[in-house]
Amino acid sequence: MSTKIFKHIQSTAVPLPIENIDTDQIIPARFLKATTRDGFGNNLFRDWRFDENDHPKQDFVLNNPTYSGKVLVAGKNFGCGSSREHAAWALSDYGFDAVVSSFFADIFKGNALNNGLLPVQVSDEFLAKIFDELYSDKDAQIEIDLEQQVIRISNTGDEEAFEINAYKKACLINGYDDIDYILSNKALVEEFEAKR
Amino acid sequence: MGNTLFDKIWDAHVVSSKEGFPDILYIDTHFIHEVTSPQAFDGLRKRGLPVLRPKQTVATADHNVPTWDQHLPIKEELSRYQVDMLTKNCAEFGVELYGLGHPYQGIVHVIGPELGITRPGGTYVCGDSHTSTHGAFGAIAFGIGTSQVEQVMATQCLLQSRPKRMKIEVNGKLQKGVGAKDIILYIISKTTAAGGTGYAVEYAGDTIRSLSMEGRMTICNMSIEMGARCGLIAPDDTTIEYVKGREFAPKGEDWDKAVAYWKTLYSDDDAQFDSVLTFNAEDIEPMITYGTNPGMGIGVTQHVPVTADVEPTEQKSYANSLAYMGLHDDESLIGKPIDYVFIGSCTNSRIEDLRQVAEFVKGRHKADHVTVWVVPGSKQVQEQAIAEGLDKVFEAAGFPLREPGCSACLGMNEDKIPAGKYCVSTSNRNFEGRQGPNSRTILASPLTAAAAAVTGKITDIRELLAEGELVG
Repeated sequence: MSTKIFKHIQSTAVPLPIENIDTDQIIPARFLKATTRDGFGNNLFRDWRFDENDHPKQDFVLNNPTYSGKVLVAGKNFGCGSSREHAAWALSDYGFDAVVSSFFADIFKGNALNNGLLPVQVSDEFLAKIFDELYSDKDAQIEIDLEQQVIRISNTGDEEAFEINAYKKACLINGYDDIDYILSNKALVEEFEAKR
Repeated sequence: MGNTLFDKIWDAHVVSSKEGFPDILYIDTHFIHEVTSPQAFDGLRKRGLPVLRPKQTVATADHNVPTWDQHLPIKEELSRYQVDMLTKNCAEFGVELYGLGHPYQGIVHVIGPELGITRPGGTYVCGDSHTSTHGAFGAIAFGIGTSQVEQVMATQCLLQSRPKRMKIEVNGKLQKGVGAKDIILYIISKTTAAGGTGYAVEYAGDTIRSLSMEGRMTICNMSIEMGARCGLIAPDDTTIEYVKGREFAPKGEDWDKAVAYWKTLYSDDDAQFDSVLTFNAEDIEPMITYGTNPGMGIGVTQHVPVTADVEPTEQKSYANSLAYMGLHDDESLIGKPIDYVFIGSCTNSRIEDLRQVAEFVKGRHKADHVTVWVVPGSKQVQEQAIAEGLDKVFEAAGFPLREPGCSACLGMNEDKIPAGKYCVSTSNRNFEGRQGPNSRTILASPLTAAAAAVTGKITDIRELLAEGELVG
């Protein structure tokens, strides 16, 4: 089954400079009762976005019309906590194509890559530069070139290379997934089972 | 050069290892539950694929289930629907389900070990981050996302890059009233919530070796809270004794063969780790958390850290955490009034946890203003507790014994902590809203939680334990 094909993003960005954003914040447990992958964007960052009466909290960045875009820029250790893939679905469903942070939790990173949401890990210094730029120019564009593995701040020309697993990169660029890959090796799996 | 325990198990499960690709790792048992499986079953249907090895797939309903009147239909419509979907999916794909009403039902990480499904040397995955629990048996156990749940269903394999290896050694004798939960909260407070990211962590040292299997499961359970991919402890006689005779444990000749293999599962003396940390058991106090991630923990007599002492870039997030918790710089939490106590979750809902709490509360009673929930990890734990009369002890103390499930650990069922209220919880996460919107969670051991229930406030359990009292 093919997944989203993915090569290049150029977009404005949303700053969320908070460390250790866990998946319970990205999508609280009480919204995990759906049995399809759709619609989680409505509850993305639910308790930071809405008060107990479901009114938008004006001080939360997603409710601030100044910032929008396909790139979320967040503090380090993004996506820690629960393995719920619903967090990646919620970010994608809301409209993000990439999350930039100086550190990602392992399971979140895997979930994001499996769902066409690109986790771009940059240095602490580069992350600070992006935040500075977004705060001085809300329309600052961030470019992410997956093929070249480079992230760039368009205004300033500042750029940094980022790492991505070569296999995962190929999956994103070509739109194939892990199940296709393992199924293409099914004979090896059966051979392994026979030897045990 | 010798091999680490982790590498020995990994190497025995590699189906294919190819330059530039993650390894194809064979999975012995896949645990599933109602929350992270429906989209995966749906994916199989769309691809026209079966569950490749249904006999190596074990299902239970745990996240959504009520902990009272479980014999009645689930009241909450979406929860009921999700549990019904699991039942239908398991029937359609030929997977054994330990659903509500089944004698084996319970939290997925409690039933695997107690049924003898979790064994040394195996590979286990589940769409739940606390799958790391099963590593206590000397196994590789990962939490995975739903796409990977689908992957394992379709192929019985998981595509994974080998993580780095870390050894965490704890040596020495624990203080009275200090147990496994305190050890792991202490370790996470030292490593931070991200300190284990990218690593498989092997716990070693004589303090770890002295723990029961329940204690070891508590330690490995929270490996994910420092970001580790998994945690594991080499099997020994304690492990073998625990597995022996359990429902699905090997029997007869198979048992002897299995034990002979398990005895080869340890890190060689000259094995190289990418990182080694060492701690002294004597330094560990009863622990509590004050913030909104499990790395924000202190000894119960210590004070909340001061914002100015935190890394400059993290001060804003830190201040937000304290504001959320209603706490301030340099505050001592001893004597702080609390509202709820939750004893349960895949960290601390096993029979040993309940026995320890019962021993402590016998002859004591909860404070009037505190609500206490004791939620066993499984139907078997519940029945064992009743058989031992623990339910009577709990009832007399004002701690009603409920029915098994994940419960107030994440509040997907009715067991939620109201906004603004403080809950001393034996669960694994103190994230904002984890136990209910705007709830405030203080993580602690079962003993520290029981002490808070009895006194109505944060208390140093060591002060309540009489001279010679064996608890802890």
